[in-house]
This record gives sequence, C-alpha cells and structure tokens, in this order.
Amino acid sequence: MSIDIDTARRVAHLARIAVDESDLPALAGELSHILTFMEQLNEVDVDGVEPMTSVTPMRLKRRADVVTDGDMQDKILSNAPDAREGFFAVPKVVE
Amino acid sequence: MGDLNNLTIAEARDRMRAGDVSAVELTEACLSEIDKADALGAFVHKTPEIARDRAAAADARIKAGDAPSMCGIPIGIKDLFCTKGVPSQAGSAILNGFLPEYESTVSQQLADAGAVMLGKLNMDEFAMGSSNETSTYGNAVNPWRRGNDDTALTPGGSSGGSASAVAADLCLGATGTDTGGSIRQPAAFTGIVGLKPTYGRCSRWGVVAFASSLDQAGPMAKTVRDAAIMMQAMAGHDPKDSTSADLAVPDFEAALTGDIRGKKIGIPKEYRMDGMPEEIEALWADGTAMMRDAGAEIVDISLPHTKYALPAYYVVAPAEASSNLARYDGVRYGHRAKLAAGDGIDQMYEKTRAEGFGPEVQRRVMIGTYVLSAGFYDAYYNRARRVRALIKKDFEDVFATGIDAILTPATPSAAFGLGEMADADPVQMYLNDVFTVTVNLAGLPGISVPAGMDKQGLPLGLQLIGRPWEEADLLNSAYALERAAGFVSKPGKWW
Repeated sequence: MSIDIDTARRVAHLARIAVDESDLPALAGELSHILTFMEQLNEVDVDGVEPMTSVTPMRLKRRADVVTDGDMQDKILSNAPDAREGFFAVPKVVE
Repeated sequence: MGDLNNLTIAEARDRMRAGDVSAVELTEACLSEIDKADALGAFVHKTPEIARDRAAAADARIKAGDAPSMCGIPIGIKDLFCTKGVPSQAGSAILNGFLPEYESTVSQQLADAGAVMLGKLNMDEFAMGSSNETSTYGNAVNPWRRGNDDTALTPGGSSGGSASAVAADLCLGATGTDTGGSIRQPAAFTGIVGLKPTYGRCSRWGVVAFASSLDQAGPMAKTVRDAAIMMQAMAGHDPKDSTSADLAVPDFEAALTGDIRGKKIGIPKEYRMDGMPEEIEALWADGTAMMRDAGAEIVDISLPHTKYALPAYYVVAPAEASSNLARYDGVRYGHRAKLAAGDGIDQMYEKTRAEGFGPEVQRRVMIGTYVLSAGFYDAYYNRARRVRALIKKDFEDVFATGIDAILTPATPSAAFGLGEMADADPVQMYLNDVFTVTVNLAGLPGISVPAGMDKQGLPLGLQLIGRPWEEADLLNSAYALERAAGFVSKPGKWW
C-alpha cells in the first residue's frame, strides 16, 4: 500500500498535526515505507482468530457509581496555557 | 566512606541497617556524582531538596527499626512518571512546564517504601525510540565506550537516562518503562539488569501513556537481587488502574536461591536471525551452556509467529499512541502554539502538535491515525490484533509443555554510536526491538541480564522470558544466569 500526497495530507489533518505542503512528499514516502513493512502481516493465516482485546484474561473490576474525588478546580486548571474565571480558554469555536 | 554511590541496593540496605552508613551520606554521594555527570545527559531534572528531605526521613525510619528494603535508597525516576510538583515531560517539548498535581502510583509506592528520589531521567520522547535520540532534552549518553575510541554511544532507549544513570553509579536503581523493549534493550546496552514485569503487575496510573495494552513499569538496577528488591516496592494492585492485577505480590528477593536444577529452559529457533552477529550467537550459546551446567534442562522450542511480532507491534503501538496522544491539544496542559489573527481551534491543535511533537512521535501518531481510519481498520489494526493473539498462543503452547523460562539474546547488537542510525530508515531502528517486542505483545515478564562483552569491550545482555505472574521464578533463573556469567565489568570513567 503506497500513500500518495493527498492521503498524507488527509492523515496529517486527521491527526491534527500541521505539515507544510513542501514536506508532504517526504512524509508520504516514509509512511508508505512503514506500511510496506507491516504488509508482512498479510502472510499470516488469521482465519477464525479473534482480535486480542485484553492481554491478560481478566474481568475488569467494578465499583459503585459514586463520586470519589473532586472539588479541585484550581489543581485541574493549574497547568492550563490559558485559564480564565475557572475555565479552560480556547480560541473562538462558534461564530 | 568513599564511593558510596557504587554500592548495590542490597549492600546499601544492609550497611544502613547496621548503622554503618546513613541515607543522608549515601544521598550526598549520589548528588555529588550526578553534578559531575552532566556529560551523560542522564538526569534532566535534579531534585536535591526532595532527596535530602527524604534521606533524613529515611534515616529516622531506619533508626526506628522497621524500615523496608528500599528505605534510604537513592533512585532516579524516568521522566515518564508523573511526580508531584516536579517537571514530568515524557521527554517531550509538548509538556514543557508541566508540573503534575499528583504522583504516579509506582513512584508513590517507592516513596512510601522510603526510597529517595534524586531526580528525573532522560528518555526518548513519549518512550518512542531505541536510542534516546528523540528526547527534547538531547541525547543521553552511554557511560561505556569502545575501548579507547571516544565515540559517544547510545545507552539505548527509551529508558536511556535510567540505564546510563545506573550503569554510571549515579544512583542505585531507576524506574523504567517497557512498551516494546524500553527497559531490556537499554539494560543490555549498559551492562545492567532490567525487568519488565507481567502486564498488570505494576500500576500504570500516573505514567504518561504510550500504548496502554503494552506499557509496563519495571526496575533497572545493578544486580538481579536489586531488581527483585526494587520490584517488590513497585508492584501491586491499584484501584486507580483497572488493568492492574489484584494478585498477591510474592517475596521476590526470597525467591533468589540460585537453584534451577530441573527447570526447563526453552531455546526458540526463530530467534536465530539472519545476519545476527557471531558474538551474539556465541553469547547465546554460552548462556545456554551456563543454564545447563546449573542443572537446567535445555529444550529446543518453536515460536512460529515470531517474525510477525515487529510488524504487529508497529500497528498496535502507534494505533494506541495516536489515541493516547490526542490529549495533547494545547488546552489543558503543556505547550500551546502562538496563533495568528483569525486562527480557530483547529489551527490551534495543528500548530501546537506540530511544534510540540518531534518527528518520530509525529510519524507514529500519523501511522496510528492511518491504521485506525475508516477503510483500513480491518486490514491493519484488526489483522495486527489477530496476529498478536497468535503470538501469545505461541508462548502459551510452549509453556503448556512445561517450559519454565525462555532464553534469548536481549538485543541484535551491542550499543551503537549516537547519530549512526540517523540516515537509516525508521524500520531499521525498529529492528532493535526484535527480541523483546514479542514479550510485550504477549504480556509476559522478561528480564535482561548482562552476560558478556563484545570484541570492542561493550556489554551484551541475554533475555529470559517467564510465565505470566511468575516473576519470582524468572528472577531466580536470572540470578542463576548472573552468577554463572559473573559479569562484573564497569565502564571506565571519562565523564
């Protein structure tokens, strides 16, 4: 599977990473090369094999659906690049 | 007193308990060595105040007589672990300035056991790399050199700072994390012991996530006994990590009898790779002979899907990473790009992530995004998860025949020069993990033990792979191998 420049542009956008137009051909080449390496997997007969979901067979624990923590707005906002009036601030989202 | 930093954890514990050495003295010795070792690039955030406070507290506790083994032991913490009020950046510029408001469970358990944190250790960005060259802090450097050649060598990665610091005696032990080999490969490159426990043995809470179904924390130490002691403090169930196992933690140090008579050690034929250096072949053969001489039964085994482990890993790990790293959006913590007039929230995300993530992380996030995208999810991601199930079954089949542990080389080569792989394509770098990555895919415990040297005077490691949850038995096999190999060399001090 070879990745063309349009696909590279689309993947970069899906990943929310800005890539200059001039860097797209190199990126497409690198991604193609890695995907070619992965294509060895097509040699394996996986008929009837379930995709692994959990590496150790375990039933995830359950707990009562109650609040166990909270009331720490200051701590949660303490690392925000821009926090105002108790909220995370971002550029305008809705016109 | 001299050179207290050269002690092992076990020696330091015994001497502190005997009242012969104090935790404060031990800590000062390490802090002074750290300050002289900036050329190694191992410690990237030093925490001498925390260290001195904890050392004084440890001395009081030892005096009171009920101190656990790690009490007063100076250690380094990989930058991937969140440590309260101390920079925790996962080696990434995107977490510049991030000061966690909380402590990871593993580093908290070590602190509760009285361990003394000296600082944070260098690593590949988000643990993605095998040479510590993707770090925002710059390279960590291997204290070992090729004879008199002063070429700077990689300590391996991603736990390169941890490996360098322990090998150079800057600390007595360090935490590492291992997603595809990131504890075992650097341990092998630096002549130390590195243990990746069974998936679920250590809590992942507060450890910056790379690939959640593969990541495990583990100890990196000078000896197998030290790894056992440190593991004891790190392991255990944590209600804050739903994948951490609610199982009793055995006494790992007590398991070290060195008696492996009658144990069945498997030698997997698929690990004999084309083009493997003769020295690695010879090391493996030597290790096999040592295990046999120690009374183990050597059994030839087959793990037929081994060759597909790396490609499966490089689908599964980037897929999980692309999801985990979506949280770095410039909103809640870390870096936010300067925006141009009129930029909206998408531009903020895209610019922030382009500036904050290095090239290897960007590459893996994009590969992960691609293999999870509509139309390719089945062809890549689901196929890789199916192959992963087959790789795990290979191990289950072998263990079902009574094999106790599997012996393999830890790495396909000795440490290489920093920059030597710069022109290689990314896949060449990925091959470093060829012997270790199967273990993560199957969730098994694996340990790297220094077992010999190459012609250039660099350490080489062997890996033992154990049954799930049987770290105690695995550590004992490693202990027998360590004793037989008798690796005692230390790097000549040039830094």
